[in-house]
Amino acid sequence: MRSEKSNSAPLGLKIAAAAGLAFMHLPILLIFLYAFTTEEKSYQFPPPGLTTQWFAVAWNRPDVWAALTLSVKVASIATAAALVLGTLCAAAVSQTRFFGREAVSLLVILPIALPGIITGIALRSAFSIADIPFSFWTIMLGHATFCIVVVYNNAVARFRRISGSLIEASMDLGADGFQTFRYVILPNIATALLAGGMLAFALSFDEVIVTTFTAGQQSTLPIWMLEELIRPRQRPVTNVVAMVVVIVTFLPILGAYYLTRDGDQIAGAGK
Amino acid sequence: MTILAERVILPERRSTAGRLSDFFWRHPHVLLALLLGPPLLWLGVVYLGSLFALLLQSFFSIDDFSGLINYEFTLATYRQLLSDTHLDIIIRTVSMAAIVTFVSALIAFPIAYYAARYARGKWKALFYLAVMLPLWSSYLVKIYAWKLILAKEGILTWFFEKLNLLWLLEAWLTLPVVGGNSLSVSYTGTFIVFVYVWMPFMILPIQAALERVPANLIEASWDLGGTPAQTFRYVLFPLALPGIVAGSIFTFSLTLGDYIIPQIVGSSRLFIGQAVYAQQGTAGNIPLAAAFTVVPIVIMGAYLWMAKRMGAFDAL
Repeated sequence: MRSEKSNSAPLGLKIAAAAGLAFMHLPILLIFLYAFTTEEKSYQFPPPGLTTQWFAVAWNRPDVWAALTLSVKVASIATAAALVLGTLCAAAVSQTRFFGREAVSLLVILPIALPGIITGIALRSAFSIADIPFSFWTIMLGHATFCIVVVYNNAVARFRRISGSLIEASMDLGADGFQTFRYVILPNIATALLAGGMLAFALSFDEVIVTTFTAGQQSTLPIWMLEELIRPRQRPVTNVVAMVVVIVTFLPILGAYYLTRDGDQIAGAGK
Repeated sequence: MTILAERVILPERRSTAGRLSDFFWRHPHVLLALLLGPPLLWLGVVYLGSLFALLLQSFFSIDDFSGLINYEFTLATYRQLLSDTHLDIIIRTVSMAAIVTFVSALIAFPIAYYAARYARGKWKALFYLAVMLPLWSSYLVKIYAWKLILAKEGILTWFFEKLNLLWLLEAWLTLPVVGGNSLSVSYTGTFIVFVYVWMPFMILPIQAALERVPANLIEASWDLGGTPAQTFRYVLFPLALPGIVAGSIFTFSLTLGDYIIPQIVGSSRLFIGQAVYAQQGTAGNIPLAAAFTVVPIVIMGAYLWMAKRMGAFDAL
């Protein structure tokens, strides 16, 4: 048992931790304030007045809708591809022993361990060597490549927790491999896959560095925002879009957290 | 013998699925190949293939007159990379990445330590979410938020004005190197945004390392008369180091390759990412762009190797 005394943190630590968290959160909160500002031409603080008119303006912008639709499409298909590939890879790495297992797990991590610009320029030069024109599919290809690792990490953690005896019991009871997968393995890994899929979706939805290299003329929502950042034309609309993006990306994160929290605690406690 | 025994105990299944799964059971290597095939094809061909094609191009050179790529093996591009202007870019980027990593560790450590040691139950979950939400929220929105903050008419100037400290801000901006016309076009601004965007990646690995430090180890240090500073220096810090190194992989690598933050908030002097972007885009010099990407790959390779030796991967 820990003594009572060590359960309260020293004041200095409390202040440092609180200041750190404030540093992480206050800038995001500021986005919410600016979405309502009446100022159009500058980033003036404090805002001269508050209004909700920019929500209507943003709602009626076809370019915002086009970018949003493209982002959702790319993220959905990239997530689907990453789910299949990441799960297969996780199953192979966690359920079997083979030569080069370490190398495979390194290979999966590599697309996010190396800076995104390297992935981006490598894909772009490969597309130009192979004469592949930029399209929806080139964007998707890049996104799926770095989304695999998110699904893989979640799936591997869950596969490790499935006890081998469960699978053996299923086989002893006469189930074939597919039945074992359908009725024993899948229910056990489903929430981890869902969480991995949500994180992959959030990652793809927000990606900009690789996308600038693989997108050609189309713009996803982050590319649209990047253009607004470099050459601000419609500051109020950008403010509103930024706020919506914050809210939209929070949802899958919260969802993924609630799906894996019990598992994570068990996995953490086991170490 | 074993096959015979299997036949006796288990009669062969009739259905296709059954026969297929029997086949996989007898030939686990086929199953493994089927499992690993698609992801390895994707990552091996699409990703590694592109990467190698890119690296190969760094050994070509560009013809100065025609602007076309000369497909002959040469080290000329690397010689060009080591010229003064390009070396400047590399040194600038690496030192920025190092400072960003150091400051990120300083800010992240108290948060991670509090979450690992003092937060319990509901607070712990809250802490986890408080770290996860900024970490996962949109990269561009985060940069945008800082553009709002650092703008001359923005909240930071307003804040300094209210505190009557505007002279301090102005004095800082007149300094060489870190100063500039306003915070949003200075290195100071670039640095703050880098720290803001990448620091959250540092917290969870440090927290994971600290959670594995048994509380009685710290109590033992106190019992033996160690002051808080000594306990930190000789007990806590060495045990947290793998976590810090693991977190620094992210902050260092992400700062090294970023080209959007210095483009939006920063001075006109280039970072590696911007140089790569400019060389492959407007300049059309793919060989030099490829040679530039070799720099972060080599640095990160050495870094990962060192981190692995320090056991940082267990903390991930």
